[in-house]
This record gives sequence, structure tokens and C-alpha cells, in this order.
Amino acid sequence: MPEPREPLTTDDVAKVANLAMLDLSDDELVTFTSQLDAVLDLAGELNQFDVAEVAPTAHPFGLTNVFRPDEPEPDDIADAIREEALAAGPEVEDHQYRVPPALGEAL
Amino acid sequence: MNQRFATATNIVAEVSSGARSAVDVVDEHLARIATDDGEIHAFNTVTADAARARAAEIDELVASGSEPGPLAGVPIALKDNMCTRGVRTTCSSKILEEWVPPYNATVVERLAEAGAVVVGKTNLDEFAMGSSTENSAFGPTRNPLDTGRVPGGSSGGSAAAVAAGFASLSLGSDTGGSIRQPAALCGLVGVKPTYGAVSRYGLIAFASSLDQIGPFAHTVGDAALIYDVLAGHDPRDSTSIVQPQASVLTDLGAPIDGLRVGVVKELSGQGNEAFEPAVVQAAADAAEALASAGAKVEDVSIPSAVAGLSAYYMIAPAEASSNLARYDGVRYGLRHDGPNTAAMMRASRTAGFGDEVKRRIMLGTYALSAGYYDAFYGKAQRIRTLMIQEFDEIYQNYDVLLSPTSPCVAFEFGAKADPLTMYYNDVCTIPSNLTGHPAISVPFGLGQAGLPIGVQILGPMLSEPRLFQVAAALEEVAPR
Repeated sequence: MPEPREPLTTDDVAKVANLAMLDLSDDELVTFTSQLDAVLDLAGELNQFDVAEVAPTAHPFGLTNVFRPDEPEPDDIADAIREEALAAGPEVEDHQYRVPPALGEAL
Repeated sequence: MNQRFATATNIVAEVSSGARSAVDVVDEHLARIATDDGEIHAFNTVTADAARARAAEIDELVASGSEPGPLAGVPIALKDNMCTRGVRTTCSSKILEEWVPPYNATVVERLAEAGAVVVGKTNLDEFAMGSSTENSAFGPTRNPLDTGRVPGGSSGGSAAAVAAGFASLSLGSDTGGSIRQPAALCGLVGVKPTYGAVSRYGLIAFASSLDQIGPFAHTVGDAALIYDVLAGHDPRDSTSIVQPQASVLTDLGAPIDGLRVGVVKELSGQGNEAFEPAVVQAAADAAEALASAGAKVEDVSIPSAVAGLSAYYMIAPAEASSNLARYDGVRYGLRHDGPNTAAMMRASRTAGFGDEVKRRIMLGTYALSAGYYDAFYGKAQRIRTLMIQEFDEIYQNYDVLLSPTSPCVAFEFGAKADPLTMYYNDVCTIPSNLTGHPAISVPFGLGQAGLPIGVQILGPMLSEPRLFQVAAALEEVAPR
């Protein structure tokens, strides 16, 4: 059997939240830590099974590459599709998505 | 079945023959929505005008002598995680509250070609994460059979829409039981197809190796009618099964003499206090009923099935954490401003996602992170292989398997506020998602407070014709 797991800490959860680009309040951090720790306890059930020699499954039936013909849409249709897709953007300028500065901060 | 509402099969017969107009059928359903959905909250969006216009087109087709399609005039509701061009598709999340897709999901196109009439988009647990529809950012859906209780989830709005007579059929998505469990809790038939049997193109992804679209219906016959429309290869979904699929209508009503049925010990709830006794009894009664109808029924054991829940809660969150990385406030959805791009993305995600979604994103991120991957995600993937092997081995000797669908009947709001208690609802349904195999939940008997119980029939890959045959046999003998 594997070693017992160390309990999850608020530092662990803060790190994970940072990786997932989520901000948590101090209270949320405490609540989520205990809830996530309980789920990881549940995962301990997996250790009842010796699967060292079993291959992992990522997909029920295995995947093979599927290709479609690489044919461009006519310009007028391509333009219409692009405009419809862009219409969903929170901020669009000159057929492009606008975002705050990627480096530094906005003035 | 619920005798209060017309079956889709009857609606198609009446509309196709001209005995009743599709407009009349659709108006009747829209009227019930107008009267009752304020309380039930099955819908996020009702598309009344488009539905009336589409119904009028169906009537014109009938009048002109054209073939109106196998679902002619049937009012249908779509879970609000399926893309509908020009109609907002929210996933019951603030992050997509105003999002209008530029394209239709393949299932939406197929239903339109079959003559169905979409009446609206239904409520769900945010991003289909939950088992009660209490996790919707827009408020919960109530169970039409008892409005103090949940309809189940995550496809609770789609189940409630059919149970309340707002739509004759509906579509849900099932990642760990999200069609079968609400079907059980609302007294309906619910189908989780073989992975890849129904196109996922335009289904907003939760856990891509587990998600499948399937129907809710009043009867097995109605579910079969729509299933034949939905199933089939789609070149736009790279995981779509290419081989032709047999019609599930052909064997409906065929006798089940000699059919080999296994009752899965690990999923039966026998000796398990977390199961409502009436549910355990109903599943045993269903097995008995199949035996009386001529099937050979035996207990079987699938040891890895007990690890389904724990494997699922590593795999599904891991896939979700990756799939939901796309919601960053750049190309669509909610944006909250920040001084730079990264801060904007953090602010948007923090404001846009609810607690259950955040829990699963963080859990998945953790399970995939360096140092923990092998112990959690990798281990769960190996258990998944073991489970597939054990089920495949059982199917060498059995045609179908039987178990309860959900450990309990519809529960009261707030009764399962602790996440783990809620997760346990899916203990019987999860194995089919991990293996990719199909399953159908059928109402069978009543439990606590006179609420419906569902039992599920499981089968190997692409065994849908057999599953529908057994489901119909069970429906025939179910206590009323």
C-alpha cells in the first residue's frame, strides 16, 4: 500500500487557484481546502486495486486522427462567419479582439 | 408513464396525418410554460416565436403533401449547453450568460431536419457539474412531481420540462449520470448512449472523454423515436463512431426469452445504508420481473465498480480544468476589467464561475499537477482500464446488466449541501461513462413520499437496440 497522504493545506490550494487563474478570499481558501481534501480522501479508494501492470485509458475506445479536406470557404462566407464569431467578443476593434496590456499595466 | 401528456409518438402521428396542427401542439405546450414555468424554472430561455414559426412551416409541409419528418411537430427542449445559432447558450453560468453561438450543435440540426420544434433552452447545474440543478447561476429548477424537491441533475431543466408537459421530449448530456439520474427522479426514461454514438459537435465540453448527449422521454417508444434521429456518424466530431448503427425501433416489443441479465452486486445497494430501501427493493423487483418475462437473471460481480466514483472525481475534474481554461474573457463571455491581460482573465474567471465549478477546476488542476499526477489522475486512468476489462468480460456471458439508477428518490432542496454527499448520487451511473458503454434508466416503482424510482439497464458498446428492447419489456411490467 502507498504511504498515507499528507492533508491538503491552504498553501496547496492557493497555489492551485493561482495556476487555474482564480482569486480566492481567505474564507473561500479555508472552505475549499477542507472540501478538496475530502475528495482526495475519496481518491484513496483507488489504492485498493493493484493496477501497476494495467495501462491507463484516456478515452473509451481509443482515438485515431481524423482529417477533413482543407478547403477554404468562399470569401463572402468566411467574412460572415468571422464577423458572427467576433460579435461575441467582449471588446472588438478593427476585426480583432482587444485586451488590456499583456505586459505591465494600463495607464 | 405519465398519462397526463400526449406521447411524442402520438403527436407525430396526429401532425403527420393532418389530424392536428403542429401550431396547435406547440401552442398547448407554450401555454403550459407560460402558466407553470415561473414556479418550475425548467427554462433559461423560451423561444416561443421561433417555435410557432417553425410549427407553421411543419404544417405547410404536411398540407403540401411533403414528408414532415419522424419528429414532425414534436415540441422539444434543449439543455442549455448545446449550441443554438442566434439563441443564447449559457451553461447556466454567469460567464456565458450573454453568449450567442454562431453555429448549431449537430443534434440541433438533426432535430430540425426531423421536424421537431425547439421550444427553449433548459436550466442545468453550471457547466453540467452537479446532481440537483441547485448549482445553476440562475436559480434551481423544481421537480414538477413535488416542487419542494430537486429534479436531479445536471440536466434537471430538461427532465422537468418533459415531466411538466412543457416539451414532449428533451435532450440532456450525461457525463456521470446527468441524464439517467434526473430521469429517475422525475419518472422519465433517460438514455446515455454509447460514447461516440451521438455527435458532441456543439455540446459545450465538460469532460470530453465522458460526455454524451441523449434524450428524456415519457416512454421507451418515444425515446427510441428520437434516438434514431440523434444517432449516427458526424464528420464534425472526431470521436464520432463511423460504423453504421442499427435502428432501436426494430426490436421494441420483441420478447426477452432466454436473455441473460446480470444484477451487478456492487451497484445493487444491497446492505448499503446510503441507499433508500425502496430503491434497492425496486431494482430487485425489476430483476424478478425480467425473470418472469423469460430472462435468465443472475447476480454478477464487477469489483472495480466500487472505485468508479473515486476514479470519476479525478478524471472528470482533470478534463474540466483543461476544457474550462478557454473562458478567459478574451473571445466571448463575461469580461471583468483588470490593469493587464492576466489580471483581466483572473477577474473574469473569478466573477464568472460558481463555487462547484471552481472546486472542480482546482481539483482537476491539482490531480494533473507535477508530483500528484501519477497518484491521482494516472491511477484513476488505470482503474478505468480495469473497469472496462471487467465489464467486457462480464458481457461475454450476459447480454445486459441491471442496477438502480440513483440511490434515492428526489430529495429536498439543500438536503445534500456537502459536495461529497452530492457526488454519491452518481455512484451507480458513473461506471457507464468511464467504460463508454450505453445505459437506459426506466421508471420502476415508487419510493419515499410516493416519488418515482428508476432502474438502469446497461449493455456493451453499441448494444442500444438490445437496451431499448429490455427497457420496453421492463416498462411493460412496471408497477403502476
